[in-house]
Amino acid sequence: MSTFVKIGRVSDIPPLGARCVKTLGTSIGVFRTADDRIYAIENRCPHRGGPLSEGIVHGTSVTCPLHNTVVSLVTGEVEGPDGGSVMTVAVDVVDGVIFVDLPNARAA
Amino acid sequence: MKKRLVVIGNGMAPGRALERLFEAAPDAYDVTIFNAEPRVNYDRIMLSPVLSGEKAYEDIIIHDEAWYAERGVTLLQGRRVTAIDREARTVTAADGTTAAYDKLIIATGSSPFIIPVPGHDLPGVLAYRDLDDVEKMLEGAKTGGRAVVIGGGLLGLEAAAGLRMQGMDVTVLHLMPTLMERQLDPSAGYLLEKAVAERGIEVVCKANTKEILGIDKVEGVKLEDGRIIDCSMVVMAVGIRPSTQLAKDAGLEVNRGIVVDDRMRTSDPDVYAVGECVEHRGMIYGLVAPLYEMAAVLADQLVAGAKEYRGSHTSTKLKVTGIDLFSAGDFADGEDREEIVLRDAASGIYKRLVIREDRLLGVVLYGDTADGAWYFQMLKDGADVSELRETLIFGQAFAGATPLDPTVAVAALPADAEICGCNGVCKGRIESAIHEKNLRSIDDVRAHTKASASCGSCSGLVEHLLRIALGEAYNPAAVQPMCGCTELGHADVRRLIKAKGLKTIPAVMQELEWTSANGCAKCRPALNYYLVADWPGEYEDDEQSRFINERVHANIQKDGTYSVVPRMWGGVTTSDELRAIADVVDKFAIPTVKVTGGQRIDMLGVRKEDLPAVWADLGKAGFVSGHAYAKGLRTVKTCVGSTWCRFGTQDSAGLGIRLERFLWGAWTPAKVKLAVSGCPRNCAEATCKDVGVVCVDSGYEIHFAGAAGLDIKGTEVLCSVPTEDEAIETIAALVQMYRESGHYLERIYKWAKRIGYDTVRAHIAEDAGRRAEYLARFVHAQSFAQDDPWAARAASAAGHATEFRPLAEIGTAFPPPNVMEPAE
Repeated sequence: MSTFVKIGRVSDIPPLGARCVKTLGTSIGVFRTADDRIYAIENRCPHRGGPLSEGIVHGTSVTCPLHNTVVSLVTGEVEGPDGGSVMTVAVDVVDGVIFVDLPNARAA
Repeated sequence: MKKRLVVIGNGMAPGRALERLFEAAPDAYDVTIFNAEPRVNYDRIMLSPVLSGEKAYEDIIIHDEAWYAERGVTLLQGRRVTAIDREARTVTAADGTTAAYDKLIIATGSSPFIIPVPGHDLPGVLAYRDLDDVEKMLEGAKTGGRAVVIGGGLLGLEAAAGLRMQGMDVTVLHLMPTLMERQLDPSAGYLLEKAVAERGIEVVCKANTKEILGIDKVEGVKLEDGRIIDCSMVVMAVGIRPSTQLAKDAGLEVNRGIVVDDRMRTSDPDVYAVGECVEHRGMIYGLVAPLYEMAAVLADQLVAGAKEYRGSHTSTKLKVTGIDLFSAGDFADGEDREEIVLRDAASGIYKRLVIREDRLLGVVLYGDTADGAWYFQMLKDGADVSELRETLIFGQAFAGATPLDPTVAVAALPADAEICGCNGVCKGRIESAIHEKNLRSIDDVRAHTKASASCGSCSGLVEHLLRIALGEAYNPAAVQPMCGCTELGHADVRRLIKAKGLKTIPAVMQELEWTSANGCAKCRPALNYYLVADWPGEYEDDEQSRFINERVHANIQKDGTYSVVPRMWGGVTTSDELRAIADVVDKFAIPTVKVTGGQRIDMLGVRKEDLPAVWADLGKAGFVSGHAYAKGLRTVKTCVGSTWCRFGTQDSAGLGIRLERFLWGAWTPAKVKLAVSGCPRNCAEATCKDVGVVCVDSGYEIHFAGAAGLDIKGTEVLCSVPTEDEAIETIAALVQMYRESGHYLERIYKWAKRIGYDTVRAHIAEDAGRRAEYLARFVHAQSFAQDDPWAARAASAAGHATEFRPLAEIGTAFPPPNVMEPAE
C-alpha cells in the first residue's frame, strides 16, 4: 500500500532552500536543489539534533545551522570524518506537487 | 666633504639609480631632488591596474616619504626646474629655489604625444601618462557614456580595458591594420583584437582621426572616412616624446632625446641623463627594463665604477587581466630568418619564434606566456639554440625532448638570469636575499627585492627559487583558500569581484572557476556579503546564501527555538518600551528574558512560527531589530556620561545613540560592537571593543581593534577629535574601510592586524580626503541598508506562509492523513 503523502508544491520551497514537515514521529526536512530536485530527510542533525531544514543547501548537501555538520540529502550520511546518518525519506514529484513516503508517520 | 648631487625628476629611472647609489655608497652624496609632480616616486607601469580598480595609488608607491627622510634626501615636490646654469653649476626652479651641484642628473622623462587635430584641446581630451590622468579618467568614467581611445598600442589597450572595467563603453581607434603592430605580428594581433572585442570593447583599425567634435567639451570623434563616434571622453595614447627642452636650453647635445654615452654622460661630463628623456646610440626607450639598466650603470658611474650601458633588448607584456601576451626582440620576416610557429586554436594559443643563425631573434607569445622569461634570456644571451631546435617551441619544460621538472630548469639558470623584468632583479640577487635575510614566502621576497612586486608574472619563477632554497621548509599555501570550492583566498576574491565587475554569485563562481556547482556553506555567505558591500543598491541579496540567523532575523538556539533582541539605542530605554517587551513575553510565553553583554534585552526560547507575530507586536511599540544575529553593527554600549555621572566629561549616552542610529543596518564582514565611555574610568569598557570611544575633557579619543571574545585584546588608539560630529564621521569611515577590505568572518582586530594599524591610521585619521570618500561610500550604502527587516517581514504575511510554519503537518489520523492544501 502506498504511504506517499502530498505535502505541498515545489514552488513552495525556494531553490537552494528547505521547508519542514511535522509528523507525529519526527520532523522531516524537504529540500530543493539548484536544479529543482527535491529530497527529504529526517530534520535532525545526528551531531546535536539541529534542525537541518534551517541550514544552507549546496549541491545535494545541507550544512547544519548549529555546528556546520554537512549531511548528504541523497544518502542521509554525514559527510567528512565525523560519521553518523539520518533517515532518508522517499520523494515523488508529480506535476510540481511533492509527495513523501512516511512509514514513520504511519507507525506513530 | 660630501659631494652635492642634484636630480631633476623623480620618476622610476632616477628612483632606481638612487636606490643603487645608496646601496653602494650611502654617504657619498648630499642629494636634492626636484620633482614637478607633487608626489613621491611611484610605479608608473602599474597605472593600468589603478585605472581598472585592481590596485590603489598607495599600492604602487615605490619610495614613500620615510624612504627619502631615512637617506637624508631633500625632496622638493611640486617644483619644476626652469633653468640649468652649467657655468655656475646650479639649477633653478619656477618658484626661484636654487640648488648647487657637483654632479647633476637630468631625468625629465617624456610627455605624451597629442595629435594636433582640431578639437584636441577640448576638455575631456586626456593623455595617459601619470596619476593625474588616471584620476581624471576615473572621474569621467563615473558618469558613464562612451570613451574613445586613440591608439591601439600597449598603453591604449590598457586604458581601454581599465575604462571598460569602470563601466564605460569603449571604442579603440588604431591607425594600423592590426593592434600593437610594433610588438605583435598580424596573427597575434588578430587574437588580441578578438580578446579585446570579447570584453565588450569596440576596435576600429585603419582608423584615421580627423577631428574631435564638441563645443565646450568632447562630444565625438570624426574619422577621415566621415564616420562619427559619439563620446564623452577621448584618451590619446599614441606615443611619447622625450622632454628635452631644459637640456636644450642649457646647451647640451640633443637629438630626439638628450644624447648620452655608454657612461650615461651628456655632452657635459658632470651632467648625466637617464630614462625616457635619453637617446643612447640612436635609441630611445619607453619601457621600464632598459631604464632600470641605465639606472644601474649611472649609479655605478657616480661611485667611479666601471659599468657601461650598451643598449637593451626589450620585451613587452600587456597588463590587462586575462589577456596573456608577451613579445620581445625583432620578429619581422626576412630572407635569412627562419621561424617556428605553434597555433592551438581551441585554446587560443599562438607562439612564434624567429631564429637567425641558430640564435633567437624574436619571440611572440599569446595565450600562454609562461616561457617568456626563458626565451628572453636566451635572446639576450645570444644563446645557440641548435640543440633545442626541435622542442624549442614547446618551451622550457620540454627543452631537450624530455619533460623537465620546472624547478630543475630554474636551478639551471645562471645567477645573472633576469627573473623579474619589471624591476630588473636577477636570480642571484633573489637567492642571496633569501639566504641572508632568511626569507620564507613570496611576500618576503617582494618586500626585500621587489621581484614579482609589479606585474607579478614572474611569481612562479620566484616560487621555484624559494623551493630550491628552502626545500621542504617552503610552504606555498601561505594563502588559505576561502573554502574547498576554490583555490583563491578571500583577498583575491574580493579584488577580482571589483576588478571584473562581478555582480552575482553565479558570475563569481563562473568567472573565478569554482569547483562546486553552487558553493558551500562557507563561501556562499562570504560571497553574498562581498557583493552586498561592493555593489550597494545594485546587488540583490541572496537569501539562501545567508545563515539561518540572518534569514529569519533572530538567533537560533540549541533546541531550534530562537532568541529576539530589539534595538535599544545606546542602551537607553523607557517604561513604555519595557512594558511592551513584558507584554510580548507574556503573550508568547517566552521562557527566558535576559540582559545581554551589550546592554540589550534578549527574549529567549521563541518558537519559529511565532517570530512574525513577535516582530509585529514589538514593531507596534516602536522597536526595530537589534541585528543581534547579524554580521553587522550590533550594539553601542554606553555609560551615563556627563548627564548623570559626577566624573563624566561628555554626553556618552547621547553619542552612543547617535552612533547607533547612524551605523545600524550596515552589513560588515563580522559582527561589530561599539562602546562609548564618558571618562577614562571607562565604565562602558570601550577599550576592548571593535570600536570604542573614550570621552575626555578635550573631546573624544577613538579606539579600535579591541577584542573580548576568543582572543582578549586591548584597543589601539586611532586618533582624538574635538567634536561629536567628527567622532561619528571618523568611525563611519573606519567601518567602511573595514567593510571594503575585511575578509568574511574576520573581526576588526584581526583585519587591522593583517593590514597594519598604521595603514588604518593613515587612511582614516591622517588623510582627510580619503576619510571623506570612505564616509561618502558608507552613507551611500546605508541608503539601501537602513530598512528594518522585522517590519518588512511582519508586514508580508504571505512571505512567511511556509517559511515560519511547517510546509505541512501530518496528524494522528493517518493513513491517510488530511493534508492541508498548500498556498500557491
